[in-house]
Amino acid sequence: MARTRTPVVSGWFTEDTAGPEPAPGAAPPGPFRLLGTRCSACTAVFFPREDAFCRNPRCPGDGVLAEVPLSPRGRVWSYTDGRYRPPAPYVSDPGVPWEPYTLIAVELEAEGMVVLGQAAPGVGVGDLSVGMEVEVVGGVLGEDADTTWLTWQFKPVGGAA
Amino acid sequence: MSAADIAVLGAGMHPWGKWGRSFVEYGRAAARVALADAGLDWTDVQSIVGADTVRSGYPGYVAGATFARALGWQGARVTSVYAACASGAQAIGAARAQILAGLADVVLVVGADAAPKGFFAPAGGERPDDPDWLRFRVLGATNPAYFGLYARRRMAVHGDTPEDFAQVKVKNAAAGVLNPNARYRKAVTAEEVAASAVVADPLRLLDICATSDGGAALVLSSTDFARSRGVTDPVRIRAVSTVTPTYPRTVLDLPDIATDSTVGLGAGGEPAAGSFRASIARAAYEEAGLGPEDLSLAEVYDLSTALELEWYEDIGLCGPGEGAKLLREGVTALGGRVPVNTSGGLSSFGEAVPAQAIAQVCELTWQLRGTAGARQVPGARAGITANQGLFGHGSAVVAVR
Repeated sequence: MARTRTPVVSGWFTEDTAGPEPAPGAAPPGPFRLLGTRCSACTAVFFPREDAFCRNPRCPGDGVLAEVPLSPRGRVWSYTDGRYRPPAPYVSDPGVPWEPYTLIAVELEAEGMVVLGQAAPGVGVGDLSVGMEVEVVGGVLGEDADTTWLTWQFKPVGGAA
Repeated sequence: MSAADIAVLGAGMHPWGKWGRSFVEYGRAAARVALADAGLDWTDVQSIVGADTVRSGYPGYVAGATFARALGWQGARVTSVYAACASGAQAIGAARAQILAGLADVVLVVGADAAPKGFFAPAGGERPDDPDWLRFRVLGATNPAYFGLYARRRMAVHGDTPEDFAQVKVKNAAAGVLNPNARYRKAVTAEEVAASAVVADPLRLLDICATSDGGAALVLSSTDFARSRGVTDPVRIRAVSTVTPTYPRTVLDLPDIATDSTVGLGAGGEPAAGSFRASIARAAYEEAGLGPEDLSLAEVYDLSTALELEWYEDIGLCGPGEGAKLLREGVTALGGRVPVNTSGGLSSFGEAVPAQAIAQVCELTWQLRGTAGARQVPGARAGITANQGLFGHGSAVVAVR
């Protein structure tokens, strides 16, 4: 039975890749983007999204928080990896040997913020350096019995990975 | 003596370890040691402040009352506070406020924890509104993952090396050997650090602090009360910094998935210079009316070896990026100009969250009294503790004699 493809968190990224696999020959999904919110009063950007209130203490107030796609590319602020299985609620099968994954903190210039994400599969710490340009892509966080959990990942721009 | 000083009449700990008992036992034992040290009975205490633990159910959330009950109800005013790793500083801050407001002459501060093996994990259940739950669910980002990010960033920006990080462990282990309350009391070599398993690149197992059981307590009083007990020259707490960050916070902190954005700040809204950690120490120095040049020693929160180097810069012992140089010159080792983590630090203790900031002040107390034994800093006159709690909690205490 096919698993349902579900974003691990709703509303944090474009969900074009959600749902069943596109039929052969169907149009490819739109470009993958992280989604934040922007305050209409002070232009501050929030990720993860703030929908209820603006957190800028100097905001003049009475703004509306509207969804905004974040920059698709940024530069590596730092990176590390997880050599040991993280505790729940991280989903992983304890019966399968742990495969380390890489985490990248990415500086988005236009937003003036650093966003953390897992690297795309196959990207190891040896493939990265601080300042390197990376792009955000959609990917699979993990699978359980019924669900393929979708997430965002970073990978070097133009890299082989 | 400053009008805002309070006296440390007693300090006590239950040794750190993995004892497998309740946090209540550790806290009660530490309290009794601190009371004996102060020469006071529990019934002399007018107020008790507990630093909470989130790992032991309801008794942990109401730690003040839990410790009061364990010591024997005697009617004292009670307060319980939680601020993650900064809980102990909040407890000391609450006690100080009561003393300076004249609400109590003698306050007992207690923190204790019983920690699980391995990574700290968030509270259970399906809780997508909790950033601490989300970072595990979405990224599998453990605490060491954040420490690894900071360490790699230092390597790239300041040229620190894994060998520098290992020397922090060597230094702190050498101090821990001399501390009967430390969990790890064995010298460690740089080769042993390099041979330990990588946990979160570039950090290895011996770069990262363990999770421990332990308890720490302080008996605090007004300086008038101390004098009435014949204590004319007590160790005095001169500042307690419990500040929050300033928006926009531009360093990725646990448990956040992103920093604040620096756009939309408006006129005069430039991001504050320096990190949140630096602002914690700055507030403490301003309140105490002294600076890093006045320090005899410091206790900082070495969750990782690399993070200790960051603290050197944040508490003003050196300029940005100069932490490793200070370490290499031996300035921060026992016998150096400003020894850091004379207790052995988290490196030798492991983290017992709500006890840790209190334990830092215990070490300052013993050093300033001149009773720290083989790890004594000669002629110690002033010290600072520094620490940062999850979710934006500053923690720094300045003590003087």
